[in-house]
Formats: sequence, structure tokens, C-alpha cells
Amino acid sequence: MSTIPGTLQTPKQVADRRVQSPHTSMFARMLLRAAVLRRGRAASALLAMIVAAAVATAMMNLYVDVQAKLRSEFRNYGANVVIVANEGQPLPSDALAKVESVLGAKTLAVPFSYAVARTHDGQSVVVVGTDFTRARQLNHWWKVSHWPDRTNEALIGMRAATAVSPKRQPFELTFQGKAIQLAPAGMLQTGAGEDSRIYLDQSEFQSWTGVAPSTIEVAANGTVAEVEASIRQLAQLLPAADIRPVRQIMEGEANVLNKTRATLYASATLVVLTSALCVLATLMGWVFDRRRDFAIMKALGASERLINGFFAAEAAALGVVGAILGFFIGIGVAAWIGRANFHAPVVPRFSVFPYVLAGSVAVALVSAILPIGLLRRVQPAIILRGE
Amino acid sequence: MFPRIVYESFRRQARRKLLAGIAITLGVAVATAMIAVATDIGDKINRELRSYGANLVVTPQEDTLDVEVGGVNLKPPSDGAFLNEADLPKIRGTFWHHNIVGFSPMLPVIVKLDSRLSALSSQNVTLVGTYFNKPLSFGKEEFTTGVRITHPWWKVSCGDGKEAPNCGWPDDNSQSIVVGERLAAKLAKKPGDTLEVSDRKLTISGILSTGGVEDDQIVAPLALAQQILGKPGAVRRVYVSALTKPQDALAVRDPKTMTPEVYDRWYCSPYVQSIAYQLQEVIPHSHAEQIRQVAQNEGTVLSRIKGLMLLVTLAALFASALAVSAAMATAIYERRVEVGLMKALGAGNLGISAIFFAEALLLALVGGLAGFSTGALLARQIGWSIFNSQISVEPVLFPIIMTIAVFVTFAGSAAAIRRAVKCDPVFALRGEG
Repeated sequence: MSTIPGTLQTPKQVADRRVQSPHTSMFARMLLRAAVLRRGRAASALLAMIVAAAVATAMMNLYVDVQAKLRSEFRNYGANVVIVANEGQPLPSDALAKVESVLGAKTLAVPFSYAVARTHDGQSVVVVGTDFTRARQLNHWWKVSHWPDRTNEALIGMRAATAVSPKRQPFELTFQGKAIQLAPAGMLQTGAGEDSRIYLDQSEFQSWTGVAPSTIEVAANGTVAEVEASIRQLAQLLPAADIRPVRQIMEGEANVLNKTRATLYASATLVVLTSALCVLATLMGWVFDRRRDFAIMKALGASERLINGFFAAEAAALGVVGAILGFFIGIGVAAWIGRANFHAPVVPRFSVFPYVLAGSVAVALVSAILPIGLLRRVQPAIILRGE
Repeated sequence: MFPRIVYESFRRQARRKLLAGIAITLGVAVATAMIAVATDIGDKINRELRSYGANLVVTPQEDTLDVEVGGVNLKPPSDGAFLNEADLPKIRGTFWHHNIVGFSPMLPVIVKLDSRLSALSSQNVTLVGTYFNKPLSFGKEEFTTGVRITHPWWKVSCGDGKEAPNCGWPDDNSQSIVVGERLAAKLAKKPGDTLEVSDRKLTISGILSTGGVEDDQIVAPLALAQQILGKPGAVRRVYVSALTKPQDALAVRDPKTMTPEVYDRWYCSPYVQSIAYQLQEVIPHSHAEQIRQVAQNEGTVLSRIKGLMLLVTLAALFASALAVSAAMATAIYERRVEVGLMKALGAGNLGISAIFFAEALLLALVGGLAGFSTGALLARQIGWSIFNSQISVEPVLFPIIMTIAVFVTFAGSAAAIRRAVKCDPVFALRGEG
């Protein structure tokens, strides 16, 4: 063993201290002393291990969580499932309640009912009855100058406005001889069919036209398989309606998500491999460095198995400690990335811990066994002579 | 003497140098590939986002209201204004024509089906005329466009969901049509049958499935719809699919209130608003508008994915810098005996550091060059396997990567060199440093 510069203890004192200290097995003592005596090198090996485990944890956490994050981002595109009543009939009055009971409270379901009314000069215009609070949550992209909040107020599409209320004055609509006076609350701009329509609150719409909702638009959360399962469930519950996925939204989402996931996967693999390389370089150095310990053990008659076991135990200990510390740092990093990029924390996933632990220990063992394999072929005398 | 020491060190310790060199090469390769992917990911995802369909719609300026409920347009089809089909190729003449992925004109016509088909409650069905994959030319430029580009979720099959050779998209110059799947089921028609539409016998070339209102409609070549309507060259609206930049404060400003300088900047940025403005310029009497459902959301999705890749790239850079430093530190630490010998022979600290730094520089340059080429290949591989298109590494990246490689190698070596230089030659030579 090497001398420690700066120790002032005589051999006698050292021997006394060791006799008095609690008895630990030689094996454990060798492990501990190796780490304590070469703190600098041991710390740098441990640091490399921690960083690699942290990076790997952060990447795995992100890879699992980002898909959920992106999915909720994609829900801003609006409904991905549409429930349409069969021709000529309204949906059953409890349809909305049924949909919500199947899909849970987090799902948005918005009823729509349609009628074609006439303006004072006989022009046809589509009037839609809906629930404004829900429609507002579902269709984030609607550009609305002011949402209606009083009775007999309507939301008017940009193009409908030029026909019925160009100066934003109150106007009259008739449906099957029944007239209604409406005041424009705000303008709606979407760039699509909604621009030509007038939106009313469902209860007002129904008391005026007597038309019940014929369409429910649903923003169902989850993977494609989960959404398809919900569609099947709904189909059983509402046999009188046609339930279909909005392919434009579903396929676009699947496409972008798959590409992003593949890119993230490739990047995460590269990052994890690089950090494993870092551990390999550091640990191999740390073991190579101690070839004299190795030679002395051999010269004193230690068996191959004991030496291999000793270095393997040391590497495994490094791997375990590094993995545990790195795991928590990695979770912190992932949470920070989630907050910075998605404005929502990434939920820590303890399920990745076994993988990080197994990976760390495996990399540590490989980087210990490799140099030992090389050293075994060298005579201890040559190593001890310093060649 | 100095060059000889460096040269001999490489010649005699080839194995150790190779290990350090491999670490640098791999580190630089990962860094290069990640930077290339991160800089290109915006463009790639932007193209993938086009699978959500068109983000702009062009309509006639003086259009009457659409009276459409559940895909059935109740507006008299000859009412209102039309765009001129002959103006459409000019879309490729706008400033941002490279960003326009495709466009499809639409002309809905209400047609009467054969009265013997009593399965329908009414014989009135909407027939939409459009381009499927039409070859067009603007100036010298040849291109094809149509719903197959702008509406990628539209699928044509034999009615069983599978694509087969005997059913497919109709030709743009033919008298063939595709029938929406729900309508086809009601009519009990399959591909190869003829359908009598407004006293014309049309061949069904496939069953169209879109998950939207088109499932209850007939889709036909534009020319055919114009013949049925009796208005050659008429188009009701045009869907345009364009690559755009996420909107910011400048994008939403009214171009009329801008100073000439700001206006130029706005006009020359591919905002959805400025592309709409340019479409209005080239198509007479038109009004172009963003389809907010598609246009507004793609910006957020794009910036989230770009941000994510940026952070992952930072992690990759950090990890590769660490790997390079670790390898260098190990390589130098192993040579304490050499340092001891040089010191015993009277070499100064500066001289010894210079030798190590020269070696590190050489390693960084060679490893950096090899790593850059490997990284470029890696980026290409990622591009082809994930996006089916090229991810090219900008040449401008080369000096940056080399600088980073040299810097990281030096930083990784510095601590180890300092320690090696500081240690006592006696201990080092006895092998106890």
C-alpha cells in the first residue's frame, strides 16, 4: 500500500488504532480504504457515474412523459371524436351525460344543434345552439372579440355579420314563422365554416326553434388505442348515433407524435451512450491506476476469483451509489425541462429506476472487468517494478 | 526536440492515443449530429404538421354566406362569386412560393342522382370538384398539386379499407369519381360501377374515406364539376398548405399601419398572415384567411418540439464534453512517470504543459475531423430513417465544432496536466504519485 504524505502516526499507533477499531472483514476494509485513500480519483469516478445516471434518468423520464405532454398540446386542435345523430332525429336527451360518464370528467364534450333561419331580407343563415363555456374550452383557436354573457346575445361569425348586422345593431331572425330578437355580443373568426354562422346559447336556441342537439364534439384524451376503445364504448351506449373519429386530427397527431418520439428516442440513445462512454473512460482509468494494488494482492497469493470479486464489488458499489444519486438529480433535471418547455412539471417516474440501476452497474462492471482482463496476463513482478 | 517528443509520444503510445482519439471522435460525432438534428427539426416537424391539412383558405371577396349543415350545402350552387381557375398557378409566383407545399381548389355542386336509387331520403347529393394530383406549370416551373398533398388523411380504397390496384384515385382529366364511404354504402355501389349523376354516366374508381363530411359526398375532377355546373373555370374556394413561422407580435400587426421598413420585414417573413396577404395580391378579387384551427396550433406544437430538442441537444453536448474530458484526464494521469523523468532531467513546468497541450491539440483536430464526418453521417441516417428526407450539416458548423472540440479537450486536459506537473518527480518515478 502506498504511504500517505503528511501522516504523522508511527506504525505502533496505527496498529493500536486498528486493534481498537470495530472489527470489519478484510474485504469490506479493502473496499472502504481504497475509496478513502484515493478520494480524488474515487470522487471523479463517482461523479462520472452520477452524471451518466442523471442524464439517463432525465432522458428516460422525458421520453415517457413528453408523449403525454405533447398529446395534451395536440388536444388544442379540438375535437377528435364526433357523435352525430342519425338523419332527421335528435340525440337522446341524456346523450351528453352518458358521454361524460364513459369518458370521465377530464374529457370535454360539447353539444351542437343546427337550424337554418332567415334574416329580415330573406337570406338563409345557419344558427347553432351550443354551450359557450364548453365550446370556449374545446376550441381554443376561435378568435372571439367578446363571449355572450346575457340572454338574447349571440356570437356572430365574421361573414355572417356582414349579412345580418353590419353595424353591430340588434337584428331579427325567423325560424318556421317564429321570430327572435338578438343582439350581437361579439365576433367570431376561425377561417372556416364557423365564420358564416350565428351561435346562440343552447337553452335559448331550443326554446326558440325546438331543435335538440344533433352533434356532440368530443376531445378524448389518450393514445390512439385508448380513443378507439372509448369510441367502441360510446357506440354501445348510443346505438342511435354515428360515432366517428376525426381522421384529420387523429392522423395528424399520430404522425407528428411518432416522428417526435423517434427523434427523441434517437437523441436519448446517443446521450445515454455518450454518458456510458464517459463512465467507461473514467472507471477504466481508475482501475488501471491501481494495477499495483492488483499486483500486490496477486503476489500475496490472492486467488483470481477473490481479485475479480474485489474489483467487481467495488465497481458495483460505485454503480449503485452513482445510480441512486444520479436518479434523483435526473428527476430534478427532467422536472426543470418540463417546466421550462411545457410549463408543467414532468411527473417523476420511479419505474425507470431499475433500468438506471441495472445500466449503471452493468457499465461499471464492464469498465472494471476490461482492464482486469488485460492486467491478468501481466506478471505481478513487472507491474511492481513499475513498467 | 519539442516536435520530436510529441511525434514519438504518438508513435510509441499509439494504443493510449487511439483510446483518447476514439473518445473525442465519438463525443464530437454525437455533438455534431445533435446540433444538425436540432437546427433542422423545426423545418422537418413543420412539414409533418402539414398532415393536419391546409392552413389557409382563399375565397372570393364578395362571397355570399355558406349555408352548410352536416356537409350538405343548402346554398344555391350558382349563387355567389367564384375564383378563376386560370389564376391558381400564380400561387407559385408569390414571394414565399417555396413554402407552399400544395393547394387544392374546391367547387361544390349539388347534383341529382338517378331517381331509381330510392335508398336516399332525397336525391340531392353534393359533388365536389377538385384536383387530385394535377400537373400544372407556372412560368418554367412544373409542379403537381391537389388533395393528395393537402389532405393526406383522405384514403381511397375498394370499400374494405385496403388499397388495391383496381381501385384508386381517378385521373384529373377523366370522367371518373370517388364516392364517400357512407354514401357508397347507402347506394350499395362499389368501384367499377357506373353512377348516373345529372344525366351523366360516371365510373366509380374508388371509395373515399375521410372521417369528415366528404364521406357523404362525391368527389370528382374539377373540370367535371365545372361542366355539371355549366361554369367553366369556376372555383369556389382554394385550400393552401404552407410552411409557416410561429406567429409573434410582428405577425399580427396590420400591414397598413406599418412603416416601410417594418412592412418589408413582415412581408419577407413566412408568417401565415403575410402569406395570406401575398395570396390576395396574386389572385384577383380574392380574400385569403388562415384556417385558425390548423394555423394557430401548429406554432405552439412546433415551438414545444423545438424547445425540447434544444434542451436534449444541450444534454448531449454536456455528456460528450464530459466524456472527452474524462478520456483526456485518464490518458494524462497514466503518464506521471514520464512527467517525473522530464522534470528530473530539468524540464520546466511550462515546457511539459506545452508538450501535453500540443498533443491534446493534435488529438482534438484529428478526432474533431473524424467526429465531424461521423456526426454528419449519423445526422443523415437519422434524417432518412425518421423523416425520409435529408438532414444536411451546414458547412458553417465545421469551424464551430472544431473550436468546441479543441476547447473541450483543453478544458478536460487542463486539470490533469496541472496535477501531473505539480507532482513530485521522486514520488512519480517511484510509482507512488
